[in-house]
Parts: sequence; structure tokens; C-alpha cells
Amino acid sequence: MFRFIARRLLETIPVLFIIITATFFMVRFVPGGPFDSEKATTPEIRANLEAYYGLNLPLHQQYFNYLKAIAQGDLGRSTKYASRTVNEIIADKLPTSLQLGGLSLLIALILGLTAGTLAAVKRNTKIDYTASSFAMVGICVPTFVLGPLLVLIFSIHLGWFSASGWYDWQDRVLPSLTLGIVYAAGIARLTRGGMLEVLNQDYIRTARAKGASEARVIFKHALRGGLLPVVSYLGPAIAGILTGSFVIETIFQIPGLGREFVNSAFNRDYTLVLGTVILYAVLIIALNLIVDVVQVWLNPKLKFE
Amino acid sequence: MQLRRAALLATAAFALILASGCGKKDSASSRSADGSAPKILRVGNGAEPTDLDPHVVTGVGEHKIITSLIEGLVTYSKDGDTAPGVAERWDISEDGLTYTFHLRENAKWSNGDPVTAHDFVGSFKRILTPTLGAEYSYKLFHLVGAEEFNLGKLTDFSQVGAKALDDRTLQLTLKHRTPFLLESLKHYAWFPVHLPTVQKFDGLTRKGSLWTRAGNFVGNGPFNLVDWRPNQKITVTRAPTYWDAANVSLDGIEFFAIESSDTEEREFRTGRLDVAYSLPLSKIETYRRNHPDTYRATPYYGTYFYRLNVTQKPLDDKRVRRALALAIDRESIIKNILRDAGQTPAFNFTPPSDKFTSEARIAGDLAEAKRLLAEAGYPEGRGMPRVEILFNTLESHRVIAEAIQQMWRTRLGVNAGILNQEWKVYLDSQQTLNYQVARAGWIGDYNDPHTFLDMWITGGGNNQTGWSHADYDRLLRTALESKTEADRMAVYQQLETILADEVPVIPIYFYTRIYAISPKVQNWITTPLDNRAWKWIDLAN
Repeated sequence: MFRFIARRLLETIPVLFIIITATFFMVRFVPGGPFDSEKATTPEIRANLEAYYGLNLPLHQQYFNYLKAIAQGDLGRSTKYASRTVNEIIADKLPTSLQLGGLSLLIALILGLTAGTLAAVKRNTKIDYTASSFAMVGICVPTFVLGPLLVLIFSIHLGWFSASGWYDWQDRVLPSLTLGIVYAAGIARLTRGGMLEVLNQDYIRTARAKGASEARVIFKHALRGGLLPVVSYLGPAIAGILTGSFVIETIFQIPGLGREFVNSAFNRDYTLVLGTVILYAVLIIALNLIVDVVQVWLNPKLKFE
Repeated sequence: MQLRRAALLATAAFALILASGCGKKDSASSRSADGSAPKILRVGNGAEPTDLDPHVVTGVGEHKIITSLIEGLVTYSKDGDTAPGVAERWDISEDGLTYTFHLRENAKWSNGDPVTAHDFVGSFKRILTPTLGAEYSYKLFHLVGAEEFNLGKLTDFSQVGAKALDDRTLQLTLKHRTPFLLESLKHYAWFPVHLPTVQKFDGLTRKGSLWTRAGNFVGNGPFNLVDWRPNQKITVTRAPTYWDAANVSLDGIEFFAIESSDTEEREFRTGRLDVAYSLPLSKIETYRRNHPDTYRATPYYGTYFYRLNVTQKPLDDKRVRRALALAIDRESIIKNILRDAGQTPAFNFTPPSDKFTSEARIAGDLAEAKRLLAEAGYPEGRGMPRVEILFNTLESHRVIAEAIQQMWRTRLGVNAGILNQEWKVYLDSQQTLNYQVARAGWIGDYNDPHTFLDMWITGGGNNQTGWSHADYDRLLRTALESKTEADRMAVYQQLETILADEVPVIPIYFYTRIYAISPKVQNWITTPLDNRAWKWIDLAN
């Protein structure tokens, strides 16, 4: 197992290198730059600005300087937020995104696994139809509809939770729920499918024949196999929860990294684009590795190769 | 068993995540002088400020925050007129080229240091230092030698027209008459910074030093910076050191960074905000009908217009440009698209103000437009090359572009396309004249028609139409030499006449600021640039 993990870790180095290089040159070739604004300044002032950020150097020189800096863990200075470094912005915003993502993931897992398991066990009953419709609705309704809808009901009419912000626990409920429900829907469908497949297997029949209780059959024997599709879904999903929360962060005014990730591209904040891309690349690679390990652990048919 | 343990773990993690980071209940904590609840104004302030260094930032939201923390030579009176700030009075020389400011004795920085003329000179030197790369350094180019110093052609700052005659006397020498100098001094580019503090954080010639952080910041305004949470809010509280502290009514202000106007409106509705910076288009009708006490639509010193690239066929022909301008039904756009929220149709470029209202108009009926088009060789639009309207990606720009496309097609037979580009791409296209017709907007830098009319000088950075007119350039230069304000306004009338005749741009409407404000907020005056001095604002209980 350790050889497997070590090999995978070694493989990430060239992958990251390619990602960094491609991103570096792609953002540079997009029209418009960090200092374009509606009110134009003089060419001389612009030259001063570019010199300040080292953008006047030949592109390959900038590229090597950047590689040198990130090798030392320095992601550079944001051109948009003049007084903040990219390291600082990430250190500041990532915990918020992780918190939002963590809460949403928990909600997604609790709701999704429960609904999916129930639907599979009570196949073709009203419970199944209710759970499956819930999943269908969750998949179909986009977050920018669900979010304001929840705000309308729970914060404006009922006054239970905050409409937006990220200060108290009341602020955390609606955004986590909105993001959680969307992923719960996906998890519910996968769980139902996985469980249905497993419940028809011989070993489940064997367990039942041995007189194991229904609960024991489901929780001890079926769930482990039934969760396999969910686990492979979770790797990218967790990355998605952390990266894809741009909409949620905007609707609910949350100071997370998802917004920086998207806005930095609009602002042509080259260093911040690269910083967030590198972070997310590392995150996705790490999550995929964890998923692979967990899958082997859950599925005795697989081996670390 | 395993699963039960997992469930327990999950519950614990859930509780932990909930609890982490939401411990402290926060609000600006200072108590009011009489022991009642503190008066904290909560304001929606648009996007997250890029910094709070007046020599680095360029935005409007930053302006609102910085004016609470730093005061310049002049400021706004309670009624919105120009009022003494750090300068208690000033003399202007006969030729209008020398301004002598007398600073008040009791003006203090928040650490207790006096605000001196040397602080201003040092601050002007800082923003003009080339290595700082300040985008708004050009705002000081009215000073003798300022431009040369900023471009590195002059290295001796003592030759720049800003001198401290003594601690309390500041003399500015201008390279040409600048009748709107006092207006432009309200802009933060002219604000002083506390140089020892900036130097302590190595920020004199460098951006991004940490002097603007809460705890480090030293200002001279009515409020002090106490907390800055990126993408959340900035909290300022009353500054006891401010010279006019007795007139400051609020105990503090919270500036919320909220980008989405929908989110902001919900915050306002749930009572978390006293002022919403803007209202979404879709809410205007509801607010006007159901909440007229909170709805505000006030004239804003800005113009929504279309730039025309005059270097290409068919828009190199001014008859075609005039025909296109005449065929736009501005009232219909305002009524049907903008929900009639107080915008006025624009037939000239400079928005009307108490100083100047243009007499020239792009006037004529549809028959005139058709005649002009026929004269240009495109009767009924036949044979006219297709023109394309470029706009940055935003729904309201799209709808207006579609309406105008339709008006040109049905009224003139002109075949127009529409094209949207992401913001920076769109800016690039305009700067490189890689467009035919482009949507644009312009908000005045200061309250004077000059800020609108100097855009169209040949080769000006904001011209971006390729249009050049020798008479216009010459007149624009004479405007500043005018002996009286009446003479100067007369020159601007001539400039507007040239613009109305040449049509390098098609004005469409004059902006309105649309926002929501709680009836509790007192003394919230309306000014053309939507600026006011925070010290006058009060909150009713």
C-alpha cells in the first residue's frame, strides 16, 4: 500500500508542473490585463504599474521567476488586492470554504445515505417514490434557485436563520443546507442504485437465510458494498463542493475561496488565478488518492497494484 | 457497531464545525456618549475594497470608506457644498494659478500627531513617485512639474508645485488655471497619509505594505479603522482625535462588502443593513409601489452612451453616425427596460447640473435620419455594411443593445448585430479600436463638465473612438484659460455643439442612483457624485 501511495505521490509532480505551466500561459494569452479599467490611465503610469509587478519582463523570464517563487512556497502578490499576498488570501479564505464544504458534506451524506438506503430497502413503495422524487428535484433545482427560496421561507418569512453573512451559527444553516441538498440528491440516487445491486447478491441471501436481522443485513453486510459507487463519486464531489461553491458564496455573502477562484479570472489577477488553481489541483489529486485507498479497503476484490 | 461509531463521529464533527469560528458576537463596541445603545450605521458598499491606501485604490466603494478615515484639504458641508476640511481657509491668486491653504491648528492624526502642510507635500510626493505605480497619479497633474516627476523626467520634488511654507501653510502652484481644483481635491488621490506610519511598514514607495490594516492604520478623519474582515465588512468607530469630533453623530459605521444586489436587498429587507448600495432592476417596481419611504432614485453625474469607431466604414461618415443617433427612441428604453426609475434621455454628452446644462442636442426626426442615411449612400439602409454593437456581459446591456438593434432595423433598415464580451476582453477591444459600436458609461470624476468633455481630446486615453477634431482640441484648451466661469461654460457649450454635430458617441441616458435607505438614517443628502461627509449622518432611534 505504501508503495502504491508513494508512486501516486511521485506522479503528481509532473501533473502539477503541467497544470501550472498551462495555466500560467493560458491566463497570459487571454485578452485584457489586470490593469485594464473603464477609466484609462496614461501609458507611462501603466508602465510604472507593470514594472512594479514585474509584468514588463519577457514572459519566459516571468515564468521562471514564478516557478522559483512557488518552489519556495511563495504564490506571489495579488494585483487586485494590493495589500494582500496570495498565500494570505488562501490562508484567510480556505478555512471558510472548508467549513461550508464540511457542513454541506455532512448534510449531504446524512440526507443522501438515509434517503438512498430507505428507497432501496423499500423498493417500489411510497417511501421509495418520495425519496427518489426528492433526489430528482435536488438534482434539477439549481442552487441559485434553491438558495433564495430557502432564504425567502426561513429567513424573511419565518425569521429563523440569517439571509446571508458568515458571522454566527444562524448564518451557516441555509448555505450549508442549500449546498448539501444538491449533493444529497446525487448521493441518494447512487446509494439506491448501489444498494439495489448488492441486495440481490448471493451473500445477502445467505445472510438472510442464516437468520440475521434485517437491520444487520443492511448495515453490516449490504451497506459496505452498496457504498462503493458513492465513494467514487465523493472524491470529485468533495472537490466540487469546495470549488463549486462560487454561487453559494455569492448568494449568501460568504468570504470563501470559491469566489476568489472565479473572480480572479475575471480580474486577470494572474497570481491569484494560479494560486487557486494549484490549490484545487492538489486538492483533487489528494482526494482521488484517498478515494482509491478507501475503495480497496471497502472492496475485497480490489488490490493495490 | 462501526456505523454507530461513525455516526457519533459525524455528529461530533458537525457540532465542532458549527462551533468553530462563530464564537465571537461582533459589533462595533463603543458605547454612545450618553450611555444609550451605540449608533452604528450599516452600509452596503459593493465589492470588497482592493485596499484602503488612498494612493493605491481606484474604486468608488473604496472612496466611501476612505472618506470616513481620512480627510483632505476640503470636504462636504452638511448641504453638500464644498466646506473646509483640514484647511480652514484658502486664498486663490488673481491669475488662478496659486492656491494657498491655511491648515487648522487642531487637525490631528488618530495617534495625536498634528496634521501639517508637510504631510500633504510628502503625500503628494508619494503618489507621484513612479515606483509606487499609482493609477490615479494623473489627478495631480494640474500641479506644476507633477507629470514630469511622475514620469521620471524630473527627480527633484522641490520643483513640483506643492510647498509647505510653514507647518500650517500649504501652497499649490498650478500649470494652468483649474477652476474645479477645489472639487477635485475631494478625491482621495489628494488625501494625506501619515508618513511615519507608512514608512514604518515600508510603504512609502511600495504598494501592499501592511499600514492599511486595522491596528496599523493612522488617519485624520472622523472615524478610525477598527476591523477589516475581507469580503465581509469593515468597521470604523468615532475618532476622538478628529478636529470636529463634536459634530460627528454616529458612533461607528460598518461597511459591508456585498457584490450581489439581490443578496444586498435581502439583507436590507431583513434589517441587517440601513443602506443598500443598489437595488436589483427587478425590485424597483416593488419598492416604488410598496416601500416608497425607503426607495431612492437620485440623479447621478454620469452618462450611458455608445462609442462609435469612426476609423472604419460606415461609421467614418458623420451622416451615418447622426442617423443612427436620431433613430434611437430613448424614452422607450427608459420606460420599458429601465423601469422608468428616474433616468433622463440623453441628447448630449454632459449630464445637466446646476453649473452647466448643454443647449446643443442631437436633434431631428426620423425623416431627417432617413435623409442623412440616403445622403451617405445607403437609402433605406441598402448597401450599408453591417454594424455590430459590442457590450460587456450583463443582462441590462444586452436588452438595451437588442432594443437599439431592433430600432435601427425597423426604422432605418440598418442591419446590426450584437456581440457580448467578458469585461476585460471588452475593455481591450475598446482600447484597441477593435469594435464598431460599443456600449460605455462614464461617471464624472468631479462635479464639473470638464470631466466629461476632456475625454474627447485627440488621442486621449478615454477617447477610444479614433475621433479627432482640431477645433475641439483647441477650444478645450482655451476652456481652462477662461477669465470667468461664464466664459468657461460658454466654451463647453461650443464643445457640446461640436459633439452633437459630429456624433463620435451616441448618448442614451443620464444615470440615476437607485438604492434603498432606512427612514432612520438622517441627513443623508444627495450630491451629483453620490458623495457626502460621514460626520453629518445620524441615526434616529
